[in-house]
Amino acid sequence: MVIKMVHIVPEIIKESVTNHIKNGERTDGRAFDEYRDIIVEPGVVGKAEGSARVKIGNTQIMIGAKPQLGTPFNDTPTLGVLMTNTELLPMAAPNFEAGPPDENSVELSRVTDRCIREGQVVDLEKLCVVQGEKVWMVFLDLHVLDYDGNLIDAAVLGSVAALMNTKIPTTKLEGDEIVLDYDNMIPLPINEKALMCTFAKIGGELLIDPSLEEEEIMGARLSIGMAEDGSICAMQIGGAESMTKEEILKAISIAKIKTAELRTYLP
Amino acid sequence: MNIIITNNNLSTGTETSARANNRAFDELRNLKIEAGVLERADGSAYLEMGGNKVLAAVYGPRELFVRRLMQPNKAVLRCKYNMAPFSVDDRKRPGPDRRSVEISKLTSEALTPAVFLEKFPRSTIDVYIEVLEAEGGTRCAGITAASVALADAGIPMKDMVVACAAGKSDGNVVLDLSEIEDKEGEADLPIALMPRTGEITLIQMDGHLTEDEFKKAMDLAIDGRMKINEQQKTAIKNRYGD
Repeated sequence: MVIKMVHIVPEIIKESVTNHIKNGERTDGRAFDEYRDIIVEPGVVGKAEGSARVKIGNTQIMIGAKPQLGTPFNDTPTLGVLMTNTELLPMAAPNFEAGPPDENSVELSRVTDRCIREGQVVDLEKLCVVQGEKVWMVFLDLHVLDYDGNLIDAAVLGSVAALMNTKIPTTKLEGDEIVLDYDNMIPLPINEKALMCTFAKIGGELLIDPSLEEEEIMGARLSIGMAEDGSICAMQIGGAESMTKEEILKAISIAKIKTAELRTYLP
Repeated sequence: MNIIITNNNLSTGTETSARANNRAFDELRNLKIEAGVLERADGSAYLEMGGNKVLAAVYGPRELFVRRLMQPNKAVLRCKYNMAPFSVDDRKRPGPDRRSVEISKLTSEALTPAVFLEKFPRSTIDVYIEVLEAEGGTRCAGITAASVALADAGIPMKDMVVACAAGKSDGNVVLDLSEIEDKEGEADLPIALMPRTGEITLIQMDGHLTEDEFKKAMDLAIDGRMKINEQQKTAIKNRYGD
């Protein structure tokens, strides 16, 4: 039996935060289109072929990338494989429980995966070693250490940083054998830096990078994934309330500027 | 299809008997502890020991929702030890395995004697240990970090708990085995104890030691405890001042 702990936000807090926002203010003093402090630190785990630690405000995620040789999927025999997995660790928040990934954890994995896959961050064609037989499979593991809101933007930013930091051994075919040369590592082929920008809708206003307090009271959430040329590669709406067409279009134009700003934190 | 791996850095097992980095037989690896590194947790600590990187977090004392575990006269101390999939050379499948379940149990038992659990009846103190990078001796690193996190959470304790492994490698009894020394060595003996009184709260052993070697190994671990305890105290002092 799993007992879920639900965090209850007092109505009075909800009301006061919403009123602040209606007056054009956020409780932490940020502008509606302002991120909290961001730190991206690549190469933090020596045993991982690629890694990064990312902080947005007090939200903190550690990301490790581990490439392994494996069999490609039948429908894509010439493409490498990218697998994203998230653990919302019980240390990250008092209401996170140990155990198999819950729906929030799966959503975070899948949204991150979608942005990276559809944004074509990794050149999967270059990860093919022997067509139909052996390709590189890159396992991307997201370890959420501290949860203070907006996991999605942190997850994508950190994942791209970790992938940019990843090295794979050079491969050579000698007859029927694959020779992996760990003394000559090459960087993972990266051809795009697609990133995500998340909005929360509170009191009819759109604010980016919601803090924990804002996430707890937001009506709806919209995450937009964008490539470097400003094209949209992934999107996800969450939360109990709805959004209008105008709001979504407005968010897209803001996301264009903000993902470019986020990109400057990448190494 | 065969896969051949070439890597000159891999150990051949025929290296010289000296320890890596000219470490003396009773010398600890580089140790660094920092308290209060997480925002949400009630207490936390980050520890680096050699190539190990370990994070410990404490929540509690808090309400225990699993009623059958509840103790009417004291708190329960629960521990979860977990390794990140990227913490080891070959990716570890996420989730608990038999090894981490056993280490979780032993860790909570190693910490329990130091904590005044009777002050918090019917509640729980949860300790979470995350191994971010593993290089031999992670359970000891986890226990050492967890007791700093407990202190950081303000939980009353009669002493810190210090853990360190001793063992035998290349025929010598040595302190604080590295990953290679553990894998290729003859014996591994992790010990946790309360430094003030010397009470031992955890002992495990695998490998082969004579009685004399065992005594020597145990003395090494007991003598090494103060250095680790100094680092624990420094971490707390750095966070809260003298």
